[in-house]
Amino acid sequence: MEAQLQELKTQALEKIAEASNVKELNDVRVAYLGKKGPITDLLKGMGKLPAEERPKMGALVNVVREEVTTQLEGRMVILEEEAINQKLQSETIDITLPGRPVKTGNSHPLTRVVEEIEDLFISMGYEVAEGPEVEKDYYNFEALNLPKGHPARDMQDSFYITEDILLRTHTSPVQARTMEAKGGEPIKIICPGKVYRRDSDDATHSHQFTQIEGLVIGEDIRMSDLKGTLSVFAKKMFGDDREIRLRPSFFPFTEPSVEMDISCFKCGGSGCNVCKKTGWIEILGAGMVHPNVLEMAGYDSKRLTGFAFGMGPERIAMLKYGVEDIRHFYTNDVRFLSQFQRTEL
Amino acid sequence: MLVSINWLKDYVNTQQLPPAELGEKITRSGIEVDAVIDRSHGMTNIVVGYVESCVKHPEADKLSICQVNVGEEIAQIICGAPNIAAGQKVIVARPGATLPGDIKIKKAKLRGEESHGMICSLQELGIEGKLVPKAYAEGIYVLPEDAETGSDVITNFDLDDTVLELGLTPNRADAMSMLGVAYEVGAILSEEVQLPEISYKEASDTAASMLTLNVDAPEANPLYVAKVVRNIKVQESPMWLQQRLMAAGVRPHNNVVDVTNYILMEYGQPLHAFDYDALDSGNITVRHAKEGEMITTLDDAERKLSGHHLVITNGEKPVAIAGVMGGANSEVSDSTTTVVIESAYFASGSVRQTSKDHGLRSDASSRYEKGVDPNRVIPAAERAAQLLSELAGGEVLAGSVVFDELNKEERIVKVSPDFINSRLGMKIAFEDMLDILNRLKFNTAAVNGQLVISVPTRRQDIQIPEDVVEEIARLYGYDEIPATLPEAETTPGGLTPYQAKRRIARNLMEGAGLLQATTYSLTSEKSAKQFALEETETTRLLMPMSEERSILRQSLLPHLLESVTYNTARRMDSVALYETGSVFLKGDDELLNEQEHLAVAMTGLWLDNSWQGEKKPVDFFVLKGIVESLGNKLGVQLTFERGQMDDLHPGRTAFIMLDGQRIGVMGQLHPTEQKARDLKTTVVMELNLATLLNLETEALVYTPVPRYPSMSRDVALVLSKIVEAGTIETVIRNAGGKLLKDVRVFDLYEGDKMEEGKKSVAFSLTYFDPEKTLTDEEVINAHEKVMAALTEVGAELRS
Ligand SMILES: [Zn+2]
Repeated sequence: MEAQLQELKTQALEKIAEASNVKELNDVRVAYLGKKGPITDLLKGMGKLPAEERPKMGALVNVVREEVTTQLEGRMVILEEEAINQKLQSETIDITLPGRPVKTGNSHPLTRVVEEIEDLFISMGYEVAEGPEVEKDYYNFEALNLPKGHPARDMQDSFYITEDILLRTHTSPVQARTMEAKGGEPIKIICPGKVYRRDSDDATHSHQFTQIEGLVIGEDIRMSDLKGTLSVFAKKMFGDDREIRLRPSFFPFTEPSVEMDISCFKCGGSGCNVCKKTGWIEILGAGMVHPNVLEMAGYDSKRLTGFAFGMGPERIAMLKYGVEDIRHFYTNDVRFLSQFQRTEL
Repeated sequence: MLVSINWLKDYVNTQQLPPAELGEKITRSGIEVDAVIDRSHGMTNIVVGYVESCVKHPEADKLSICQVNVGEEIAQIICGAPNIAAGQKVIVARPGATLPGDIKIKKAKLRGEESHGMICSLQELGIEGKLVPKAYAEGIYVLPEDAETGSDVITNFDLDDTVLELGLTPNRADAMSMLGVAYEVGAILSEEVQLPEISYKEASDTAASMLTLNVDAPEANPLYVAKVVRNIKVQESPMWLQQRLMAAGVRPHNNVVDVTNYILMEYGQPLHAFDYDALDSGNITVRHAKEGEMITTLDDAERKLSGHHLVITNGEKPVAIAGVMGGANSEVSDSTTTVVIESAYFASGSVRQTSKDHGLRSDASSRYEKGVDPNRVIPAAERAAQLLSELAGGEVLAGSVVFDELNKEERIVKVSPDFINSRLGMKIAFEDMLDILNRLKFNTAAVNGQLVISVPTRRQDIQIPEDVVEEIARLYGYDEIPATLPEAETTPGGLTPYQAKRRIARNLMEGAGLLQATTYSLTSEKSAKQFALEETETTRLLMPMSEERSILRQSLLPHLLESVTYNTARRMDSVALYETGSVFLKGDDELLNEQEHLAVAMTGLWLDNSWQGEKKPVDFFVLKGIVESLGNKLGVQLTFERGQMDDLHPGRTAFIMLDGQRIGVMGQLHPTEQKARDLKTTVVMELNLATLLNLETEALVYTPVPRYPSMSRDVALVLSKIVEAGTIETVIRNAGGKLLKDVRVFDLYEGDKMEEGKKSVAFSLTYFDPEKTLTDEEVINAHEKVMAALTEVGAELRS
């Protein structure tokens, strides 16, 4: 019987080793360890043995059973792992296939520029002021020291609707309206918006374009404050190592008036095609608010002074992103618009 | 303004600065130099040649074979100009010369004949055709007889010159003259200004003996000076004068006209020359024109005059439009022997209106419009007399005929140094300020610590203390201004709720996959009202540039759809755009009612993930979902009502409602409209964004997260096809009581398993009690009421 038991064990271990998958191994388990299996039979047949042999034989059978069980379970772990590996193998996907698209739009490049400028000035304590695009001649010109017949009106040929109503030619009327509304109190605003001039549309001209202007009025506002403010703006928009320079210019609503250049962000000042070999790029016009403008809006120009500046987001976007034709901003070609998606921080 | 540096040196020492450097200094201190133009174009080997003989080329009619003495030799040169002739002094480009446009002159053979160089026109030397004297416009230029054969043309005829092109702002009318520029350069370089020395011999007869003057309009013409010069010979001007005029951008004509133009450029004072004999009256009368009076001007145009136009007459009929253009009837011609030179001060407003009425802008009118210097009117007349006696052999009659009521006093501006420094944020020393004012030749006195400045009349732009601040600052140097920030109390700054919500609305649109577009506000009559939400009159420009851009838009969609078509025409089949912008409606007040709108246009695929079998074309419901999200984001309850609008699909259009008010429209384009716009299925939306953004939103207070489970029941109903899901949903909500928390459509079937005219709609109902766990009985009770209500409206349960 002992020999029979050893034979059985050898057989069982062989079968375990031969089992190539979980199912075969389970069959082995049932065949050898199951209730109808030979080991159970052996245990059942122990009753025929003499009583003194039974404990020894019983222990022997248990040893064999445990060994078979251990082997079987060890084998089971391996086979199960193999089975899982096989399943995973079969589930492999081509990870180079494209992802399910998440549709994302983006804002227009001009909005992007305007919002960047707005946010910068908001962080310096400015409010955003807006006004009508169809304006009274008074706010567009007269309140800005441009009386009827002023030669500087030639600079901005305008679209009139009636003799006194026109499409605003700049966002300055918003400044005039804000000053009037504030009744002599200090002001810190930035005014973005659409403006219109009688220009034929070509690569550098557009009858409709955008402007963003700033106005600060307060006690002891100096030209040096204008220079400092514009310098912060230039560094933020075009890079920390930008320098600015002011050149004398003329606007009827400011005195003194200046134009601001920044050192070329492409060549750093050595001269290239962006800066037309000068090392400098013209960015905006500015100046100290003309006393006539202050007085017309009810400000005491002896007590309060101010500065104003204005720029074209189209020009800034063209410089910043290298856009060569202003008409791109109004054609809405999705191949153009969708390029302004990613952040630049 | 074109400024020849050689000419400028007559009046001011330019310290031998290289032209580019001089230009940079001028730009940095106040007047922008737009271009620095080298008139020599780097040309060499251009000499004076003497044409010894000139015969027709045997093989070519239009060519001549010339033997030209070029100093060191006689060179054979083939010339194609029609005006070439023996005995002329001409400009010869010798072999080795390079002409503008990178034309290299080499020895060549022309139809078998050797040619050693080229005889040049002025155009070939880089002078614009419109500036070349008419006599030489179609051929070579003929030099004066006394030109030295073999000598260098570039240096001897003033072509070794550089021209600075000034971009003048309207305030700097003073720099519209060589003398004005000389004062500016003098101030920059601390140099004195040398005015022309005027001296000539007068005849014993007086001008007054030949000419009488009446000025009937002293306000428009407070100063009029006339000089009479007789026995003049009208001919070509000397070479130096012609060159200076061409450098200044003026075409030479004859010595009389050239002298008036030369002085216009030199003094900035317009002059006019009349043929004395053609005046035929010995009288000049300045008056306003009679209504309907006619004059033929120098450009041969017949012009009708009005009462507010100022004219110069011979006492009877107009001979010039004052300050704008002379009349043909008194023009100086080759046979003129006696001229009247007019130098006058015409009021700028009068000249501006007149030149605008006649569409005539000249070098003269543009100077009058900006205001000439009252103190140069008389010297300019004297200067003209001098040059006519020197260059035209004229005899200047003694004295002038003058009408003078013009105030020529200098303006006094007082300003304190503190004022200047506090405006600039600087500490410029008093002496430095005085030095700058002296360099500007402003007579300045220091009185009680104040600067009392007598401003020369040439600088009409200096009127108030702030103008002096600018003069000091620009010449002291803007680079010296420190960079500071306003010292006043800082304010918080920020966006208004409206502006902040507009950004939120834009972000939502972009998050939903739409690209922001920007289109034009001006449109055509046809597009102005298409898709407009309100019926109002359109607004037209007084003088549109084109019909396409003549009317203010009343909706954003027409242009947005044009942008969609632009893209689909370029094979981008899926386009989703939005725009925010103003539409312009007639308002109660004189200004328009500008409303900020939001519009969307979408076509093609909404989702394209085709390799996974997902492909979703845009449709009404894609867009509706976006509008619903916008409402949720802004905290407003938007509803939808079936509607109709021209050019939208009659069965697929809805009005967007807010509190019973129609604030927008959405739908699919009508197939006819789609076809007209060359589009496939396209859905659009436009709403009054301002109304949405102006609403005050309620404070956000959270609702406790449910502690008890909810229960749901699904109901599939068979409905007549014409019954809308929204109607049934309302029935369910009304019947469901307070336990019914949500009703949602989760299935729609209209397939052929349904009876004709029927559809199946399945709803999922959610019951929930925030206080406790619902019992089955409570749900059954509530649900039975719903079912009863549904039966009542004829909705059957689908079996
Ligand atoms: Zn550069």
